[in-house]
Amino acid sequence: MTAVDVYNKGLQDRKAAYIDYPQAIPLSFTIDQEACIGCGLCEKMCLAGAITYEDQERSTDLDVGSIVLCPGSQEFDPKDLDYLSYGTHPNVVTSAEFERILSASGPYFGNLTRPFDRQEPKKVAWLQCVGSRDLNRTGNGYCSSVCCMYAVKEAMIAKEHAHSDMDCAIFNMDVRTFGKDFEKYYNRAKDQEGVRFIKARIHSVIPVADDSGDLALRYFTESGELKEEIFDMVVLSVGLQIQESTIDLAHKLGLELNHYNFAKTGTFSPVETSRPGIYASGVFQGPKDIPESVVEASAAACAAGAPLAAARHTCTQSVELPEEQDVSDEELRIGVFVCNCGINIGGVVNTKEVTEYAESLPGVAYAGINLFTCSEDAQNNMKEIIKDQKLNRVVVASCSPKTHEPIFMDTLEACGLNKYLFEMANIRNQDSWVHAGNPEAATQKAKELVHMAVSRSATLSPLHEKQIPVNERSLVVGGGVAGMTAALGLADQGYECVLVEKEAGLGGLANKLHKTIDGTDVQAALQDLILRVEEHPKVQLLTQTIITDFRGFKGNFTTEVLVGPEMTSRKIEHGVIILATGANEYQPREFLYGQNDRVLTQMELTKQLEARGAKDINNAVMIQCVGSRNEEHPNCSRICCQSAVKNAIHIKEENPEANVYILYRDIRMYGLLEDYYTRARSLGVLFFRYSLDDMPVVNEMENGVSVEFNDPVLGRRLSVDCDCLALSAGMRATNTDDLASVLKAPRSDDGHFLEAHVKLRPVEMSTEGMYVCGTAHSPRLLNETTAQAKAAASRATALLSQPYLTLSAVTAEVDPDKCASCLICVRSCPHSVPRINQDGVSEIDAALCHGCGICASECPAKAIKLNWYEDTQIMSKIDALLEEVV
Amino acid sequence: MRLSYPPNLRIIRVPCTGKVDVIHILRAFEKGADGVAVVGCLEGDCHYLTGNLRARKRVEQARKILDTVGVGGERVKMFNLSSGEGPRFAQYAQEIFATVMGLGLSPIRLAKQKQQPGVEAQITELGVQKAAAV
Repeated sequence: MTAVDVYNKGLQDRKAAYIDYPQAIPLSFTIDQEACIGCGLCEKMCLAGAITYEDQERSTDLDVGSIVLCPGSQEFDPKDLDYLSYGTHPNVVTSAEFERILSASGPYFGNLTRPFDRQEPKKVAWLQCVGSRDLNRTGNGYCSSVCCMYAVKEAMIAKEHAHSDMDCAIFNMDVRTFGKDFEKYYNRAKDQEGVRFIKARIHSVIPVADDSGDLALRYFTESGELKEEIFDMVVLSVGLQIQESTIDLAHKLGLELNHYNFAKTGTFSPVETSRPGIYASGVFQGPKDIPESVVEASAAACAAGAPLAAARHTCTQSVELPEEQDVSDEELRIGVFVCNCGINIGGVVNTKEVTEYAESLPGVAYAGINLFTCSEDAQNNMKEIIKDQKLNRVVVASCSPKTHEPIFMDTLEACGLNKYLFEMANIRNQDSWVHAGNPEAATQKAKELVHMAVSRSATLSPLHEKQIPVNERSLVVGGGVAGMTAALGLADQGYECVLVEKEAGLGGLANKLHKTIDGTDVQAALQDLILRVEEHPKVQLLTQTIITDFRGFKGNFTTEVLVGPEMTSRKIEHGVIILATGANEYQPREFLYGQNDRVLTQMELTKQLEARGAKDINNAVMIQCVGSRNEEHPNCSRICCQSAVKNAIHIKEENPEANVYILYRDIRMYGLLEDYYTRARSLGVLFFRYSLDDMPVVNEMENGVSVEFNDPVLGRRLSVDCDCLALSAGMRATNTDDLASVLKAPRSDDGHFLEAHVKLRPVEMSTEGMYVCGTAHSPRLLNETTAQAKAAASRATALLSQPYLTLSAVTAEVDPDKCASCLICVRSCPHSVPRINQDGVSEIDAALCHGCGICASECPAKAIKLNWYEDTQIMSKIDALLEEVV
Repeated sequence: MRLSYPPNLRIIRVPCTGKVDVIHILRAFEKGADGVAVVGCLEGDCHYLTGNLRARKRVEQARKILDTVGVGGERVKMFNLSSGEGPRFAQYAQEIFATVMGLGLSPIRLAKQKQQPGVEAQITELGVQKAAAV
């Protein structure tokens, strides 16, 4: 039976019995109830008897202490926006559909193809803000935060996939690439790859009458001119929205949602819902991209874990293992278990022949066939055979070690065999599946793969995973909002924390803030935070402290510090370190700042507004992107648009007569901030776009300054005499040159610490046990900083909560007798692990080694071996494979 | 995805292409392989940061040596892909297979077979793949 492939957005069909997508977990088949006709064929065919049609939904009661909600979101469905021709013309697709078109596992195998005639498009348009920033037609007044970046990415990948020059045009109101280093990507798309960015309001997308499958895009330019351009294909950058099912769930749980149905949370409690004990993360909390979602998920884990800290490890069950037997003096007795995998392997490969062949190989004491080697009964049977036959090496010829190696290794351990005396031959994924049309060749290949595995197994020796203790104390560097939140996150989980701050007082940059854009009183919250830090029994506070030395590895660091004005030297031993060194506001050199007292930064303006109100302001001009998004400092500072809008609203609310002009390049009021942008405009704040090659000009006057700029809507040059010029100066990372060099912590060009992986490990650094959060990572708002600090505490807790760390046994080892101290390993290691020790030879710390084997291959004296991948072990496979060739 | 590719390839798992040594490649030819593919992560995306760049250099080195000894450097090739790119793997497998078929049996094999008449000529090819661990 066929059904619509929902994962591939309906661009192709799939079977009624299907695997959702190639990376699905668990990677197992399911039956599409809506397409299944109940013929019973699959039940009869399934050799494992895994299919039961009678399976029903069951309800189960779980006793839990906290609940974390991450129900995600759905893409906006544009079918009701009839002027876009979506759903009526195949060449108008959503961005999610275009993702599948580009994907190697997608309907067209990654070939850039338009659905209408399966031809490669030469000219593609992306239309931004479909279902976002649109109160008129969709009711979604927020910005979805992710669409600008994914549109740029899709355009770049499409260009990469295209066989000839391709024209990519992104029609937008503003380009919102506000994330860490996103602006550089946008610049590359624009300046190097030739992606066009056009400021426009879309009028319509109409199929061209000649049946070519092309589409006429009509749009209004910024000056109101109606233009038309023909495209091969149009991609709708659809926004994110909350599903009905999530709204139902929230109502069932009694959670408050905001007017767009996102969970209501607070600035200093970004993952706490209105109901204590229930936490929200991801898009359910507000529109956001993958890195921010991952951060928030960790933050929610931290918040959810703190009240449960006392119960940690109380439900843990552990497995008793028999003592490991010493096989070093034993004669080789290799056992080979060949798997039919139902008919997955047995249907193509003659497994009986393979088993007989295995029996004939030297050292093989046993060879047998299983229907499903990974099934529980087969595993029990395997244990019996290992013991009865006194096997001391085990080879399983079945599927991928990626999925099944750990299962079989556990079986070995349960028999008292070292788990590294094991080898797999992948005769399914690398054989029966890919050579299904050639059973003879597949059987031959299976034999050779088994031969290779048997030969390698003979060269294996036991390896032992070292266990190292974990020091439960943590060190947090920086006493701003991020550092304090991280420290409390750890302390609330029950871990002692040393918080070091280089200044005399806590609070950092937040000391200069008054209110957030949603009206939260920052000073009150900050004082509360400081009080909690000072009074928490698990937090030890060291102010006026600098770090002078840092040694050790995850779980066991030693840091030396100089404390107080007396510079008392102290040594701190700790298991993890969190960097929260913060940022400052850029001190502009532009626009007469520092020369005329009417020219202020946004933070200075906020201070002035708090102190004496807005009554004396008649004309205020704000200039955005001062010290950001320019040649010297290419990145966007993320927070300045909302600072300007916040101050503009403050002025207009207090003094509606005042004129406020905001000169901007792109207004980046992402996520729910868009509401404030809408509000500012409704209050009469005027927005004018300027560009880098047509900068506003500021001239000094007797009573203030005058600002001259171009108005792209009127196409005229305007001049405003103002009594207040506020510069939206970007954020600059605190100078951490000394600290970074002591910690050997990598930073970006603009001084932000670098995470280990932008998306998957956004708060971890490449040195294990080291984390980063807050504005030391990148510019961000207080709620985002708070979430990230909790995320760092959460990831650190994952390490600290282990009684000991188990190190991989697959690490490099130096033979000191062969080492000539040539330093090649020291230089080639990507993680700077090898050192020359007191004996003058190289030494590799197993706790730090990642096990890539680069040093082992570089070493000219062959003094380094990578355990489990020794040269003899690799060559044994080559030799076995080619034994009969020449 | 079960995309088919020629059955003449055998995959040897290594933690990173950074572990693939010139001697491993040369050993394969010495023992009679007709071609070697080294398959690693995309450049810039190495799980261990720089392993695949080292591998690229070593492959170049092996090519030079094979050229010098008359086996032909074009029998070794480095490929880069991500673990999510099954179709690309199949494509690369076809590619190296076509290259090696075009070149015919390795001179080492031909020479050794002359000493041992009767061994059937058959193309065998060896693929060395990075452990798909990403």
